[in-house]
Amino acid sequence: MEDAAIYAQASWFQATARQRAAGLLDPNSFTEFLGPAERVQSPHLHLFDVPSAFDDGVVIGRGTLDGKDVFIAAQEGQFMGGTFAEVSGAKMVGLVRAARDHKELPQTVLLLLDSGGVRLQEANAGELVVAELMRAIVQARSAGVAVIAMVGGKAGAFGGAGLTAATCSRVAVSEEGRIAVTGPEVIETNKGVEEFDSKNKALVWSTDGGKNRRLIGGADAFAEDSMAGFRAAAMALLAKVPAFNLKTMQAEQERLAARQEKFGACDDAVSMWRVLGIKDPEAIRDMDSKDFAQLASSIKEANHDAR
Amino acid sequence: MLTLKFSHAAKRRLAGEQATAIIGVVASGNLEVLLERVLPGANCEIEIATPITGYDATWKAVIDEFVERFSPGGLRISINDGGARPDTVFLRLMQGCALMEKV
Amino acid sequence: MTLDEILKGLFPSGHNVKTSAAGIIIGTGKRKQGKTVAVIGVANGVALGTAGVLPLAQEVLRVVANGGDIPILVLVDTQGQLMARREEMRGLNEYLAHLAKCLLLASQQGHRTIGLEYGKAAAGASLATALATDFLVGLPGAEPAVMDLPSISRVTTLPLDKLKELAKTTPVFAPGLNHLAQMGAVAEIWEPQKPLDEQLEEALKKASPVDSRDEWGAARKGRPMAAKVAKRVIAEATGRGGGDVASA
Repeated sequence: MEDAAIYAQASWFQATARQRAAGLLDPNSFTEFLGPAERVQSPHLHLFDVPSAFDDGVVIGRGTLDGKDVFIAAQEGQFMGGTFAEVSGAKMVGLVRAARDHKELPQTVLLLLDSGGVRLQEANAGELVVAELMRAIVQARSAGVAVIAMVGGKAGAFGGAGLTAATCSRVAVSEEGRIAVTGPEVIETNKGVEEFDSKNKALVWSTDGGKNRRLIGGADAFAEDSMAGFRAAAMALLAKVPAFNLKTMQAEQERLAARQEKFGACDDAVSMWRVLGIKDPEAIRDMDSKDFAQLASSIKEANHDAR
Repeated sequence: MLTLKFSHAAKRRLAGEQATAIIGVVASGNLEVLLERVLPGANCEIEIATPITGYDATWKAVIDEFVERFSPGGLRISINDGGARPDTVFLRLMQGCALMEKV
Repeated sequence: MTLDEILKGLFPSGHNVKTSAAGIIIGTGKRKQGKTVAVIGVANGVALGTAGVLPLAQEVLRVVANGGDIPILVLVDTQGQLMARREEMRGLNEYLAHLAKCLLLASQQGHRTIGLEYGKAAAGASLATALATDFLVGLPGAEPAVMDLPSISRVTTLPLDKLKELAKTTPVFAPGLNHLAQMGAVAEIWEPQKPLDEQLEEALKKASPVDSRDEWGAARKGRPMAAKVAKRVIAEATGRGGGDVASA
């Protein structure tokens, strides 16, 4: 890229999956597997009169991150909401299994999640591939592979993607990133607008957004919305990655039980942040990335190895 | 889904050394274009998969103009259309050519 | 079959499995030759939320911490994840993933995990329970679903009758135990008239931490590409460098 400095500041949120893979990794280090020219597409979408993508909305391959060999998988959030489906999910599963089973291959997998969950037209295949991916991630982690989730795209990480993120060794999120199970619209449809007013943007971001996730310990790093921001977050996270074993799961059990206890009486995110000891929780929303990241690094609940 | 195919003899082969390029995303109002330098001479083939029927003449017009102006000889161009407008189609084809012309 | 009937059928030698008011199942069942099975699950079609996950995960971790190779049976009858703003606010995704991870840890530590769907099973709750086991079985009458057809129709804007027609020719999206079996998610469908304890013993012999669901899906013609694509990725990762595609 001619103007690396400008490109480094390019928005992660606005970028395509392929742009993110290229922007995150060292220049010219990315090699794509099963690229679009191979036309490994969905065998099901034509039944629904829906256009398919040459790569079924997932870009996978390998490259280097600050010289370190890594595998990378990036979901294209703009294609069918970045959803998990038979082929798109299988590409990610294959990549994680490759790292799991072959010590001579990169032992780091970067998962650039940008997904509303499961592709409804392939609902059963999508759901199942998430389960296969979660199992592969846990097995890979047990074999010493670091699996890092990076969330900051338009689709967020909902449903199966939210569970996948929490299965990874570490999670990086930007302010724009959202991580959850059921999306606000679906909660509103099922439980009513009093339960969740999905049109209230401030409510959506304080509930599912990157800042909340970082503060309560649902994400381990907060990234600026740029290639450079996510690159810095990835490199910082790779310095120390928790092992996957009984001790880690026992620690997570304690962490999640404590969170339940701590926030039991809270009705909104601001009250949770107050409980965390933040003096001016209302100011979180407008705080800039640098100040916020610094504040987050001082919160006990936000910085742990229990994942 | 509808598939449209166009074959052209362009004026000359497209310059540059890139073998393959991809541009765009399959989304509402957008499209994905895959370009492959695989055809002999100045032949050019364009294949379009689209969920929107009834615009054959429009596609032909856009492709005709694109071939005339950019001479993409030697290229097989494959399109997955998400319902893009003609100007967006033209833009992506131009962007695709620019990528293929890289050395 | 009711939960009580299922438990009686699974453990003719006895069990102490209890279901809480909130639908959380925890206990131990007796197998032949003095062996036992740890039992957890979700009953009465309740929704699984942060509160429900904690005791279930704790039980799994207790089994793992005790060592040995006691298998774990996960009984599933849930309407899905609990849909609530306060649940999402507190990171429900981490809780559901935690339960899945604990079950996967157990499998890795030598405890075979069997999932048994006997009622509803949906989406996020499925991923935390049934789909996190080594070997998932279903009893006829179980209604696993990612999403009901009317909701799929609404979200995809495809007419409901067109979806119903399509569901007759492909198992890839519609709810149903047979569909999940064809996809490879469900290893086998049990026969309620045959002794459940025998079917459990057979399942325990077949269960393994190796994930063969994509192979089953291919063999049963439910998922023609998944296994092939995963293998192809591994081949490309271990083989050549490839890929000179310019993009922007």
